[in-house]
Amino acid sequence: MTTPMQAGAYAATPAPGVAAARAMDLSKVYGQGETKVVALDQVSVEFRQAQFTAIMGPSGSGKSTLMHCMAGLDTISSGSARIGDTELTSLKDKKLTQLRRDRIGFIFQAFNLLPTLTGLENITLPMDIAGRKPDPQWMDRVIETVGLSGRLKHRPNQLSGGQQQRVAVARALASKPEIIFGDEPTGNLDSRSGAEVLGFLRNSVRELGQTVVMVTHDPVAASYSDRVIFLADGRIVDDMANPTADSVLDRMKAFDGKARTT
Amino acid sequence: MFRTALRNVLAHKARLLMTVLAVMLGVAFVSGTLVFTATIQNAFQKSSEEGFSHVDVAIQPNKNKGESISGPTNNLSQRTLDKANQLSGVESAIGVADGFAGLADKNGDLVGDGFSTQGANYYAGQDGTDERYPLQKGRAPQQSSEVALDSETAERTGYKIGDTVPVSVQGPVQKQKVVGIFTTDDGAVSAGGSLLLFDNKTAQQLFAQPGQYSEIQLTAASGTSQKELKKAVTGILPPDSEAITGQQLADDQSEMIKQQTSGMQTAMLAFAGIALFVGVFIIANTFTMLVAQRTKELALMRAVGASRRQVTRSVLFEAGAVGISASVLGFGAGLGIALGLESAMGSMGGMPEGPMIISASTIVTTLLVGVLVTVLAAWLPARRAARIPPVAAMGSVHAPATTRSLVVRNIIGAILAGAGGALVLYATTAEDGEAAMGLGAAVLLIGVFVLTPLLSRPLIAAAAPALKLFKVSGKLARQNAVRNPRRTAATASALMIGLTLITGLTVVATGVQNAIDKMASDALKADYQVSMANFQPMSPKIQETLKSLDEVESVTPWRMSPAMVDGESEQLAGVNPSTVQDLISVEFTEGGWNGLGGGNAVVVDEKTADKRGWQVGSEISVTYQDGKRGQLTVSGLYEGNQLVQGIQMDAEVLATHMAKVTDMQVYVKTDGGPSDSVKAALEKSLGDNPSILVEDKQDISESISQVINILLNILYGLLAMAVIVAVLGVINTLAMSVFERGQEIGMLRAIGLDRRGVKRMVRLESLVISLFGGVMGIALGVFFGWAAGELIASAGLDTYSLVLPWDRLAIFLVLAAVVGMLAALWPARRAAKLNMLAAIKTE
Repeated sequence: MTTPMQAGAYAATPAPGVAAARAMDLSKVYGQGETKVVALDQVSVEFRQAQFTAIMGPSGSGKSTLMHCMAGLDTISSGSARIGDTELTSLKDKKLTQLRRDRIGFIFQAFNLLPTLTGLENITLPMDIAGRKPDPQWMDRVIETVGLSGRLKHRPNQLSGGQQQRVAVARALASKPEIIFGDEPTGNLDSRSGAEVLGFLRNSVRELGQTVVMVTHDPVAASYSDRVIFLADGRIVDDMANPTADSVLDRMKAFDGKARTT
Repeated sequence: MFRTALRNVLAHKARLLMTVLAVMLGVAFVSGTLVFTATIQNAFQKSSEEGFSHVDVAIQPNKNKGESISGPTNNLSQRTLDKANQLSGVESAIGVADGFAGLADKNGDLVGDGFSTQGANYYAGQDGTDERYPLQKGRAPQQSSEVALDSETAERTGYKIGDTVPVSVQGPVQKQKVVGIFTTDDGAVSAGGSLLLFDNKTAQQLFAQPGQYSEIQLTAASGTSQKELKKAVTGILPPDSEAITGQQLADDQSEMIKQQTSGMQTAMLAFAGIALFVGVFIIANTFTMLVAQRTKELALMRAVGASRRQVTRSVLFEAGAVGISASVLGFGAGLGIALGLESAMGSMGGMPEGPMIISASTIVTTLLVGVLVTVLAAWLPARRAARIPPVAAMGSVHAPATTRSLVVRNIIGAILAGAGGALVLYATTAEDGEAAMGLGAAVLLIGVFVLTPLLSRPLIAAAAPALKLFKVSGKLARQNAVRNPRRTAATASALMIGLTLITGLTVVATGVQNAIDKMASDALKADYQVSMANFQPMSPKIQETLKSLDEVESVTPWRMSPAMVDGESEQLAGVNPSTVQDLISVEFTEGGWNGLGGGNAVVVDEKTADKRGWQVGSEISVTYQDGKRGQLTVSGLYEGNQLVQGIQMDAEVLATHMAKVTDMQVYVKTDGGPSDSVKAALEKSLGDNPSILVEDKQDISESISQVINILLNILYGLLAMAVIVAVLGVINTLAMSVFERGQEIGMLRAIGLDRRGVKRMVRLESLVISLFGGVMGIALGVFFGWAAGELIASAGLDTYSLVLPWDRLAIFLVLAAVVGMLAALWPARRAAKLNMLAAIKTE
């Protein structure tokens, strides 16, 4: 918004539909005085429904912080963050927890699953916590989509890393959340398993109408998305629609070069 | 290597906190016991030395013949005293006549516990005073109605000179006038007893025989040693008496005190040992977890060239450092415990003053115990640490919870538990099975420890229906509890030990109480049993007085006198043949009480008769207490029990052979049966004597249960230490688990489990582990209680039967639950406060 490059990027994003999540002048500051670090500096962004968005940026750019703040995992220093029409800043811990449970799905890089629960139990965990019964038809469809039918009784330590992340994707999808946040969901996977998981995420957007926001530093992963947002030093510096691995890589090189020259 | 170990200890201060506390408590118990017993031994020794400072040599009736029954009670005559006074080297000679003398306070209650309430003579020397008892106020007693009080008792009771006080020696209460108050350094008085002084003549009548003394005390003239004086005295010793130096008397007394306190010391150390044993589980658990958490670190050390032995040693060194700091803290806390015990004993008036004794050996023992226990408990985890391969340093995965096979462990456990259980079962049927039972119990207990991981799954699964009520939190709690069976087992075992002992003791105590109740109600037909509070014999006047009351239907004395019967010493019991069948109920297999009327007839319990080969009609020879010989005829046999056994005869006949006729008990049957008014009438007729107990069956049962309850409460108190250590263990395990599962808890919070749910999950896990330990402890305790009861029953308490104290068992289970809830307070808060983001961010 503040740079010409960004303005251009916005124009290139034809985005119909309603915002599933939105940040307005969102800032996140750690520490005080001398040790003060601004992780997010008045970021404003919208994630539209039924769209697959990737957030990219170098280490320390604030991409994970942005996701944590918008997902209600971390508190906000100033500004606003909304899921649908719900303002997160006004929610106490209990309501926030409920919101995460009922309206958001999560996929982390690791430690997605409880080792004591079977695959199926892990998938239904958020609904168990809420005390809701899963919709069996939907469950079948989700499980079929991620291709786990034969492995539901297995415990996580009996599954490969890729299979574990597929369980995590299924869990995130199972409760039909308004939005799914992924934090480097393929970070620990080999490229083939990673491609599978990303494929499922893209399919869930295309076929199931799911909204997905994913933090990644991998251009190939980003190329599965509909839109890439680039962060640097706590600000959004670019916004790219219909990315390919090459275009993302080029853009990143440009940043690197720019960073070096400035 | 040592520096890394030390750094590790410092870095994990918080995680080692519970371990340090556990060791500290055990060590404090040990050092407190050692310091306390040394202190009281020293204090009592000093006080007994002071007590004998006026005695250089004492002439005493011979006690070594102990069981001897020939001749009247040995007393020393005035002639011996006079002769002693003439001896060269004797400064002064004092005749002593002393014995039990009860004093009632202003409420009519007995002062002191009945055993240290003494009476003695005021023996005026040449100058008219008794140097043992310097008078503080007033004058010495001069006639039979006068008495002098020791100053401490006077202060405690508030009696002043001129007061009339109720005093009882053997029979009815006498009103005595206080004419003097004196000070004394008598050890018994400084330890909380009371001392009454009578004039010489009265004291001789009360405690010896007129004109006789129970002891003669001599002081040596200057220049004469105790030994020389003793030699001189030997010449004038009457038969059946001996001369003992004052030093010897003091030594004997302090030796006796030492023996008594060393019994207490052993018991307290045993409980300290239990607490330390419980601590072992916690230490082992902690180090196992620390090693698991540091797998990478230790592997790195191996990778950069540390040998296995060095890794083991570094872990052991850590344990040593923990042990040393815990022991030092524990030693300090132990001094506090000793001080507390001392002041508690002091406030009960049972302790002479003295400095606190901290010997070098106490310090060394205490520190050594703490360090050794810690290092030994860390031994296995240290060995395990050494087996971590260097390659583990490269692994990117968080240390996996290795589920090593439990098969070998289960087999060993099953063998031990089976063998131990079989041995216990065998012991219940064997004669003299105590040793076998003790061994069996120990082996079974160890077997169960080894088996707990196996048992944890089915037992905790049994709790699943209840846990379902708590939805996800309950389900996760159950799974977390069985996730690391070894850790859960060790934690639960720590609690199990305490509850096993508590339950076992309670089961046995309940059974014993029940048995004694049953015996009393089976054997006694009498409405009341009258006896002295201190089990001293009492004057036959009491039964005469009771017999004359309108309310009383029949009375029999229970008169005991030692005798030699067919060459062995026995107690002869005298009863009233015409009334005894109304008062005491025993089953006769042959003959009956009415056969006793003939004077020389006796009835004997079957066991004694069997042992001695007597039958109805047997003639047995007897030498009575007064030295006369006679013939007795067995006229009946009865089934004895714990209350009624031995040789019974006509009390009147027995009385003619007793030096001083006394009754141990009097049994009374009243017209209207027991009631408050009848009891009051009986007590009134005896002058409301504080030292005489008038008890109905209810009272007897209550006084027995009081004794049992006091004993149980003391044991509960001592075992509480083991339970507290077990609570620390549960806290420790939970805190470690919360720490280890930080990422999981963070993930759960992220996907929507609220703080309450997290707290509940940790609390339920704690509850499940504690109840698991509790159920196992109670079950084992009931088994041991049953087995020990079988032994007790076969050892002679025929009326013993297993009575399960359901109410108490329920309380113990609730206690286990409370332990679980309390232990979870802190870990659950920590888990709920966990920073979600820090938890889910990857390393």
